[in-house]
This record gives sequence, C-alpha cells and structure tokens, in this order.
Amino acid sequence: MPSLKDLRNRIASVKATQKITKAMQMVAAAKLRRAQEAAEAARPYSERMGAVLANITQAVGGGGDAPALMTGTGRDDVHLLIVCTAERGLCGGFNSQIARLARDHIRKLLADGKKVKIICVGKKGFDILRRDYGALILERVDLREVKTLGFANADAIARKVIHLFNEGGFDISTLFYSQFKSVISQVPTAQQIIPAGAPSAAAEATDGGNAVYEYEPEPGEILSDLIPRNISVQVFRALLENAAGEMGAKMSAMDNATRNAGEMINKLSITYNRQRQAQITKELIEIISGAEAL
Amino acid sequence: MPEAFKFELVSPERLLVSEQVESVVIPGAEGEMTVMAHHAPVMTTIKPGVVTVKSAAGKEERYVVFGGFADIVPAGCTLLAESAVAVGDIDRADLARRIQEAREDAADAKDDQVRSKAEQFLSQLTTLESAIPPA
Repeated sequence: MPSLKDLRNRIASVKATQKITKAMQMVAAAKLRRAQEAAEAARPYSERMGAVLANITQAVGGGGDAPALMTGTGRDDVHLLIVCTAERGLCGGFNSQIARLARDHIRKLLADGKKVKIICVGKKGFDILRRDYGALILERVDLREVKTLGFANADAIARKVIHLFNEGGFDISTLFYSQFKSVISQVPTAQQIIPAGAPSAAAEATDGGNAVYEYEPEPGEILSDLIPRNISVQVFRALLENAAGEMGAKMSAMDNATRNAGEMINKLSITYNRQRQAQITKELIEIISGAEAL
Repeated sequence: MPEAFKFELVSPERLLVSEQVESVVIPGAEGEMTVMAHHAPVMTTIKPGVVTVKSAAGKEERYVVFGGFADIVPAGCTLLAESAVAVGDIDRADLARRIQEAREDAADAKDDQVRSKAEQFLSQLTTLESAIPPA
C-alpha cells in the first residue's frame, strides 16, 4: 500500500504529464489548421495539372514519342518505394500504419523475386523499416529542419527519383503516404507514380477540351516537360497530406492521453482520500478507546 | 474598352491570382505573347520571366515566374508556374542562388544537348535578373 506521500507525489506527476499532453494537443490543432490550409491551397494546381495533362495526352494520342517516364521501361524487375512518414512520433499509429503497408508491399515483391529499393522521407519510417530492410534503403530524406513545407522540398525529392530513373535505377516507382480523410481518419495509400500511365478519360472534360489546341513547342516536348513536373506535384501533395494527417493523428492521440491522465488522477484522488479518511478514523478510534479505558 | 477574360496564376503552393483581366503578357518558351479575350487555344511552356497582368480595372501588376506552362482557351487563361512571386517581393538572393545552380548545371552537363539546354536556361535567368529593377 503506497503511503499518503507517495500518492500525493504520484498525483502531482500525472497532473504535470496531463498538462504536457494538453499543450501538445493544442499545438497539434493549430498546426493541423495550417497544414489543412496548405493542402487546400495546393489543390488548384494539382487539379489543373491533371486537366492539362489529360488534354495533352489526348493530343499526343499515346504515340511512340511519349516519354519513358509515362510509358515505363516495359519491365517491372526493380521497384523503387518512396515511403513518406512523419519526422516525429507521438501521433498514434500514423507512422506504423504507413510502414506496415510498405512492408507488406515489400514482402510481396521480394516473394515474387523482384528487386526493391527504398527511399525514406521522414525519420520514423526510416527507423521502422531499417530493422527489416536496412540493406534496401538507398537514401533517407530529412525534412526535420523544414518549417513550412515548400514545393522546393518535393521538387528535390522528385528530381532525385527522376535522375535515378534516367540512369536505369528502377522500373516502377510507388509512393507511400497517408491520405488525409479527416482528423480522425488517415488512410495509408500506395500510389504508383512511374510510369505515370495515361490519366483517366473522366478527367478529359475540361473547358474547351475538344478545341483544337496549338502547341508551343511541340506536344511531345511539352509532355516531356510536364511529366517530371507532375511527379513533383504528386510528391508535394503526398507530403502535404502527410503533414495534415500527422497533425490530425497527433491531435487525437494527445486527446486520448489527456483523457487517460484525467481518469488516472480521479482514481488516484479517490484512493488518496479514502486512505486519509481511514487514517483519521484510526486515530479517532485510538483516542476514544484510550479515553474509555480510563 | 477591351473585353475582360478570366486569368488564373497558380503556383504549387497557392492560387495567386484569379480575376477578370484585360490582357496578360506571358513569357512563352518561343517568345513573349500577349493574351487577350477570345485567344485561340494555345498551350505553351514558359521560360523564367515577368508576367504582366492588366486587370479589368486598368491596374497593372507584374509577377516573376520561374518556368511552368500556360493553358490558353478562348474563355480564359491558366498559368501554372513552378514558382511565382510579385515583382515587389522578389528575393534577389534566391534569384542569385538559382543562377548559381544553373551555372553549375551548365558546367557539368554531359552531352551537348543537355549543355545547350542548361545554357539557355542560364541566359534566361540572367536576362531576368537584369530586367528587374534593383530594390
């Protein structure tokens, strides 16, 4: 049985923890709002990019001059996985969910006799995957110093990937990130970015979609300029969704932690009060029985 | 009074401009072009340069863009820029850094085609630098 003093100390320490988790929750809420705004601000660009890409692929008509980034190398021997996770923990199952999806994917590919290469974006995914597949990790992109996620960050990653592709480093590239559905739900997603494949026909109904375009320079040339850009945009979108998802997951994790701490304080307080009362009663009995004995 | 049309300037980070304008001057990859209402549908890549937007109210605004492309249809014009800032907010250090990078790219290009491309990009950047009045 812990003494009264022990209980008091315990309550004080849980209260201090609760204050910390509460503060973290509020910070995450504020950051979540900003991350959401950033994700929304980036949406018009990726939407228009999709529309333009659809228009232009229609114009090129899937001819032989489509760049390799779009059609692929024709093989699927070497896979490059880009696993995007958060830089920090304390956000529930967020990082482990993405890592699990990636791991399942890797296991399947390895079982099929494919070669796998990994690029980790974010520290947490690197930490998790390093244990099992450390030898496969080519590189780790550190975004810890980055305060606000800019397009330049995504562009740098995409450039690396494209450079590797041009050198024949891999055939198929898949991007792993967490799709931000809502504050309480983030869905880990695998998305193939190279070869990009033709955009779906549904995206073709843009304004003036059937107009006869003039192209400056040639459509093929624009397309080869556009595809790398589109990869950057996809990576950027994944990073933004991840940032928002991380903050959402952190917020709900910290909310849970705060609530648990509150429950613990209640239980400890009841034990503390009961024990104090028991001690008072015991002292009273001692005094009364002492007086009666006289 | 020329007719107004819808112009949008979008960078990956945000939507910069979305308004009715009279005319837009775009630094196209094969020469500058002025877009007005009912322009024939054109799609063009753009080089680093200055976009001049003349709004329907007659105000003129200038933006510096670094590459991207423009989608022009009779009803409007969408400019997707890799990065875009208002001329007043341009960070000269950033510009200098880009020029430095382009110079390095040109220096370690492996074949002639890549080199000529990199050099072209570099000259576009330096032209842009001299075109912007010092702050």
